[in-house]
Amino acid sequence: MHELSIALSMIEQIEQVAARHPGPVRSAQVRIGVLSGVDTEALRFAWEIARAGTQFASTNLEIENVPLRIRCPACGDTHPAEVDSILCPRCVTPEQQILEGRELQLASLEIDE
Amino acid sequence: MTTRLIEVRANILRENDVLARQLRERFHQAGVSVVSFVSSPGSGKTTFLETLMARLASRYRIAALVGDLATENDATRLQRACPQVRQITTGTVCHLDAKMIAAALEDWTLEDLDFLFIENVGNLVCPSSYDLGEQMRVVLLSVTEGEDKPLKYPTIFNTADVAMITKIDLAAAAEFDREAARRSILSVRPGMKILEVSAKTGLGMEGAEAFFASLRAAVARL
Repeated sequence: MHELSIALSMIEQIEQVAARHPGPVRSAQVRIGVLSGVDTEALRFAWEIARAGTQFASTNLEIENVPLRIRCPACGDTHPAEVDSILCPRCVTPEQQILEGRELQLASLEIDE
Repeated sequence: MTTRLIEVRANILRENDVLARQLRERFHQAGVSVVSFVSSPGSGKTTFLETLMARLASRYRIAALVGDLATENDATRLQRACPQVRQITTGTVCHLDAKMIAAALEDWTLEDLDFLFIENVGNLVCPSSYDLGEQMRVVLLSVTEGEDKPLKYPTIFNTADVAMITKIDLAAAAEFDREAARRSILSVRPGMKILEVSAKTGLGMEGAEAFFASLRAAVARL
């Protein structure tokens, strides 16, 4: 299962950070872009499996879904966009630069002291 | 008891991205053009590659890697076109990643190659998250899959550079709406280059061959 390998990668990364900051990890904040290719519910499910039996068995997963935000090369403006309509509303120019929406990021950890 | 917030801001697939960047640098240094192919199972990746590689083999030095969960069937087929082909059997993993590519290439001398083609596992979802260090990614869509497929799988189309509509010899029988398909593709990836081929009949293959050959012309100019 795909989201499981992502959850397992998260465990490894959290281990590395937690090694530098002692204390129980209460929660992990993750940012998932709409174009990341990762399904939020599947990741939640995979997290339950991945954290079981590890030092993070009680660590909660908090997911922020990041919508698509693009910059138009023609007019320089930034706009929100939908995945099936990645166009500048004004210029209708191809080759939009995607600023936000591709994230698959471990943003932060809440650690008890 | 207080709680501290530790900023991490790390890409979860960072390990793959780092490896992919290293591969990309290695490919660039070696002067080999690396192209990967993604699609649903059954879109015609292997048939297209067999045909393309046979056409390019007289002019260029080619190798290929092909990923499947099981069997060596695809590698065997591609070897008919050119001998340097290696199968990566992933077991249960639904996509290729940079680590698998690096391991498969370990004993190859990339400087001796013009093209390295990578056929990914048939899957329109998972490969989108895994950079393989390729120079170009081609997504295939056959005429029997539905014109709105790109709208259903925007992520993979968005991470690809070129769309290739395959099996165009079946377009009439499938009542394929070419304009609708092109519209779908361009709405999820504005400006995307679209090729149309039938590997079976050869229709469009000359244009496809010329397109890939132009990648080498660009390298030669450096």
